Amino acid sequence: MGKTFKRPEALSEMDSHYCPGCTHGVAHRLVAEVIDELGIRGRTVGIAPVGCAVLAYNYFTFDFQEAAHGRAPAMATGIKRVRPDLVVFTYQGDGDLASIGMGEIIHAANRGEKFTTIFINNAVYGMTGGQMAPTTMPGQRTTTSPFGRDVKDVGMPIKVSELLSALITPAFIVRQSVIKPKYIVKAKKAIKTAFEYQLERRCFSFVELVSTCPTNWGLTPVEAVKWAEETLIPYYPLGEFKTPEQAEGGSDAK
Amino acid sequence: MGKILMKGNEAIGEAGIRAGCLNYFAYPITPQSEVAEYLSHRMPEVGGVFLQGESEVAVGYMIFGAAACGARVFTTSSSPGVSLMCEAISYIAGAQCPAVFVNIMRGGPGLGGILPSQADYFQATKGGGHGDYRMLVMAPASVQEAVEMVMTAFPLAEKYRNPVMILGDGLIGQMMEPVEFPEHLKSEPSNKDEWATNGMETRKSKKRNLVKSLFLDPVKLNENNLILKEKYERMKREEVRYEPYNTDSDYRILIVSYGTMSRVCKTAIDNLKAEGIDVGMIRPQTLFPFPEDAVFQAASKKSCRMALSIEMSMGQMVEDVERCVHGRCPVKWYGKCGGEVPTPEEIMDVVKSCLS
Repeated sequence: MGKTFKRPEALSEMDSHYCPGCTHGVAHRLVAEVIDELGIRGRTVGIAPVGCAVLAYNYFTFDFQEAAHGRAPAMATGIKRVRPDLVVFTYQGDGDLASIGMGEIIHAANRGEKFTTIFINNAVYGMTGGQMAPTTMPGQRTTTSPFGRDVKDVGMPIKVSELLSALITPAFIVRQSVIKPKYIVKAKKAIKTAFEYQLERRCFSFVELVSTCPTNWGLTPVEAVKWAEETLIPYYPLGEFKTPEQAEGGSDAK
Repeated sequence: MGKILMKGNEAIGEAGIRAGCLNYFAYPITPQSEVAEYLSHRMPEVGGVFLQGESEVAVGYMIFGAAACGARVFTTSSSPGVSLMCEAISYIAGAQCPAVFVNIMRGGPGLGGILPSQADYFQATKGGGHGDYRMLVMAPASVQEAVEMVMTAFPLAEKYRNPVMILGDGLIGQMMEPVEFPEHLKSEPSNKDEWATNGMETRKSKKRNLVKSLFLDPVKLNENNLILKEKYERMKREEVRYEPYNTDSDYRILIVSYGTMSRVCKTAIDNLKAEGIDVGMIRPQTLFPFPEDAVFQAASKKSCRMALSIEMSMGQMVEDVERCVHGRCPVKWYGKCGGEVPTPEEIMDVVKSCLS
């Protein structure tokens, strides 16, 4: 019997720097599998964020650009406007996208830029060492909310998918998770659909992935999955928030 | 094509198109908004890209993204907007991509005013953004020269894979002058397959390209900074441009002035000559690289008793003049920076007071 589970061509052989129990690796693999399946590796440009995934370009085998913190959607806009034939995706965390880069993601989504965003929501800043993010849960302790997130002081965690879905411009907005196989299957489908909408040059596509960060949560990998499932997913419900068909008034016109 | 009468800002936009740059991203700001207004209808006519970004911060990265995939691209802004773009300029320089930025300067700091100024000299020539980078900075003194500099800027940006800035003042953008456009440039960045993220399958090598400015290894970061430094040293050797004025005379005062200010100085120099007073001038056309040797030689002339930096700032270029004069004669500054342009009569009085 031959080998049935292989490394996607779009994924490099380099060992990752991600911590044990981190789900970046799963998300990277799903993106790579989709790029392989769609046969678009030769014309794909990824945009790395600032954060743990700044080194994402080491793990993929196609063209990559590196953005400043939060600016990936503006860079993707620049690329897609001048080279609409390229397939472009941004890969951003919650500090990058929902804090410093909130302006860029909202306007890119609202213009209906024809690129894809993979949004890793693990409710904390990773690379800078576990500081509070806009998505940090109420009461969650971080290195800058040592007594737990005080929502009276800093507000409630931002639900980015819901927020972007409020825009009138047609878009594909979905939230899935990569913490367990049953979620991963749906996450991959969402990522593939997102890239397909881009290939149709139809709309902005956005996949939020509820993820883990055991290191900065102070949990073991197993505890982290449990906490994500019991705490994050109830607050960040999974599913499709918006499809271009809905926003286009039910018509399937392309 | 003969001469046509055009507003500076519109001419700058047209010059971009004629330089073969069909990609423009911008955010409105006085006194350069006419560039965006002009290109909002001209770019569609020529099949180009026009996009009004949500902020100068975002526009800076739209420029970066487009430049990184090998497209010829430019933006225009004015002082407070350029401050916001400085982050992207630093990244573009660090990642070695070509792009053209036009700053039609207004008064600062802060919101300052909307009238002409030259107060972004430091920002343009000494940094603005973080880290060890420089831009090639060109300063036009007329609409015609602005057009020529914009068209020169793209090949230079591509030669060095570095941002190039056109530093004009509000008057250059706002006034109308006769202008004649040089022949179209058609060339694309020639070596882009070696570095641009233009899609692997389009390249012979089939190797992937990375555009990045992160070097966590201190040795590698130092190496990258040495590569940048070598480029800036090469600019100093190959790209210095300046115009000498009345420097054949036995002048006792040497003026160093650029942009609109230098035109006023020329009138003052002509008027003073009619009164029997010779004044020489070096007009830097490139502010980085600065015409170091030209200023030194001109200040070293036996007859020269003083060098005078005249600028619409509170004394920025004067630091470079002092550096280059190297003690050969005293250096003074004169200027205004609220939006008023000093008159020829004021300059004449300043010169006379220096001689008395």
